Amino acid sequence: MALPAHASPGEKVWHYTYLVICGFIFLFLIAPIIIIIPLSFNVEPYFTFTSKMMAFDPEGYSLRWYDKILTFGMANPDVPRDSAWWDDVWQNATWFHAMKNSAIIGVASTVLATSLGTLAALGLSRPEMPFRRAIMGLLISPMIVPLIITATGLFFFYSATGLAHSYAGIILAHAMLGIPFVIITVTATLVGFDHSLTRAAASLGAPPMTTFRKVILPLILPGVISGALFAFVTSFDEIVVVLFVASYDQQTIPLQMWNGIREQISPTILAVATILVIFSITLLTAIELLRRRSERLRGVSAA
Amino acid sequence: MTVSAADSIDPGVPLVTPDGRPLKLALAQATRRARIRAFALVVPLLLFVLVTFAFPIGQMLYLSIHNPVFSDHMPRLTAYLTEHPDVQVPGEEGFAALALDLADAKKNRTAGRIGTRVNYERPGSNSLFKSSARKAAKFKGPPYKEKLLEIRSDWGEPHLWNVMRRASAQHTLDFYAAALDLTHDENGDLSQVSPERRIYVRLFWRTLFLSAVIAFLCLLLGYPVAHLLATLPLRYSNLLMILVLLPFWTSLLVRTTSWIALMQSQGVINDILVTLGIVGDDGRVQMMYNQFGTIIAMTHILLPFMILPLYSVMKTIPPSYVRAARSLGATPLTAFIKVYFPQTTPGIGAGILLVFILAIGYYITPALVGGSSGQLISNQIAFHMQKSLNWSLAAALGAILLFMVILLYWVYDRLVGVDKMKLG
Repeated sequence: MALPAHASPGEKVWHYTYLVICGFIFLFLIAPIIIIIPLSFNVEPYFTFTSKMMAFDPEGYSLRWYDKILTFGMANPDVPRDSAWWDDVWQNATWFHAMKNSAIIGVASTVLATSLGTLAALGLSRPEMPFRRAIMGLLISPMIVPLIITATGLFFFYSATGLAHSYAGIILAHAMLGIPFVIITVTATLVGFDHSLTRAAASLGAPPMTTFRKVILPLILPGVISGALFAFVTSFDEIVVVLFVASYDQQTIPLQMWNGIREQISPTILAVATILVIFSITLLTAIELLRRRSERLRGVSAA
Repeated sequence: MTVSAADSIDPGVPLVTPDGRPLKLALAQATRRARIRAFALVVPLLLFVLVTFAFPIGQMLYLSIHNPVFSDHMPRLTAYLTEHPDVQVPGEEGFAALALDLADAKKNRTAGRIGTRVNYERPGSNSLFKSSARKAAKFKGPPYKEKLLEIRSDWGEPHLWNVMRRASAQHTLDFYAAALDLTHDENGDLSQVSPERRIYVRLFWRTLFLSAVIAFLCLLLGYPVAHLLATLPLRYSNLLMILVLLPFWTSLLVRTTSWIALMQSQGVINDILVTLGIVGDDGRVQMMYNQFGTIIAMTHILLPFMILPLYSVMKTIPPSYVRAARSLGATPLTAFIKVYFPQTTPGIGAGILLVFILAIGYYITPALVGGSSGQLISNQIAFHMQKSLNWSLAAALGAILLFMVILLYWVYDRLVGVDKMKLG
């Protein structure tokens, strides 16, 4: 993209204008996410920068909203902070309740989606697979069909079967929503998979399970893990289904944020959002490392 | 007849495997076995998705044409109306069925539900049913027609009886009619509802329009960025790619919250404008709780879905094509329009469709930043599910939305192929 030496002045002007435009678009993409980080340290209950914050006065900043994440919903927030206090946080704090639910539902639905999805992706990427396109279309569709429709359908289905207001119901629903991502990432890893490797393993006497564990799995593992991460994030971020079929007991972090925004919006939401941004940066780094490893394994080296 | 495999190939003799089976048959069997094995791997997931996804949606679609509230709770009147299909306002026999059913409804506390069902098509019926049921429970005996007409003269209205007759059918397309702002008028013919109640068709158009605007804005913003990412050396583009992927990986609610913090009237953008003196403190710009808020927040949220498909197409275009065009005398603009742009159309198609499909079903963001003018059809579905409890209408609206999405999905599959979809 470097400008050649013979570029005319007009071209040079356009080139730099173009770079500036791109800079603004990147700013549009990233600024809203970054801006909430300093705002979450605001000492005042506002959603904007106070004059003290602009002057970088330490008095303008505080951790009170992070403290609020711990204390909100506690039985006795004002007693000395000993082990009993922390116990109270773990048992009663609203955000901790939501976090535990999100973790349980996220992990369980990820395990379900990843195991079923990987198995199916193995079948789908075999050349002999019948009705491949139609089945693939059906399996991807939970990602395409609007969540409100899926949630409406699940609401009726769960009311009839007694799965409403249960962990099992939400886990099944979230697994279903995560499956398209697992299918897409694992089949992508299986593109260009050398099937003579499995035939070689079989001809050397390995039973199918051993072939899978020793030959196939190590090669597709990066795809499986990144699919699992996608499935986890899908569950961790999902709110519409939870809104329709969960009770207070299954309240997750997004649902708690939703309630927070709709009722009394306080900077606690921004503090939680900041923690979630840091969480997604961690996940993104993990995905990026996996992608590089996968490319190295498959011999598609990225310069 | 056995022929050894060592025999020289004779076109008249069929080829066989060492154990004597015809080769063609053995091959067909092996292929079938391989197909079954591949299919068996997919079966568990297929069943899972059918049960947790396809079946519930099928159930919802059924609910959009099936509403047994009236026939379940007004059995005598339903039977009477089925037996006398031509009667407009019935005589004593029909009113007797009505009065006895109303009395039962009072006993079973179902008068409200029945009234609500009739109220969908004839406003004011809810109170009519409730009050009449209360009084019908005290009737000692006939004449029912006279007594009911005494309570409310509405019971003699042919329109009400038309509405009840249609409500008594378990299977009905009336909810689709309602979802398209149609109703049955006094004569029983389909006609548009009164102008102030025509909301759904307009809402569908608004949803399509806003989705198109958002898809176009995403293209406008995504194209230059994707081009930059595709042409920069890999070590820079990988870094910049993180800026695209981070929003993609950040929780939807976090991004919506950020836009609230930025756009609300006491928020960051307004404060900056006031500080710079562009607007006065009393003239803060209303950027949120309207269509503008929905468009901006959703464009931001869906932009990565445009950049990624564009990027993967642009990545495959050799830079030498544009250089060749330039060396043959094309101006930069001509080279772009005639050579580069046409090669990116598959990516544009994929990105536009993906963003459009995701946008028309959006619920959370419009609900939080859209106010009333920025609501989409999903918000109305949620309203009927959670507030008005008109589930059949919610299901009918959902079915229409689903039909639109499936149509677009089908186009996407023809154009791009669902198996070509990539993430990150």
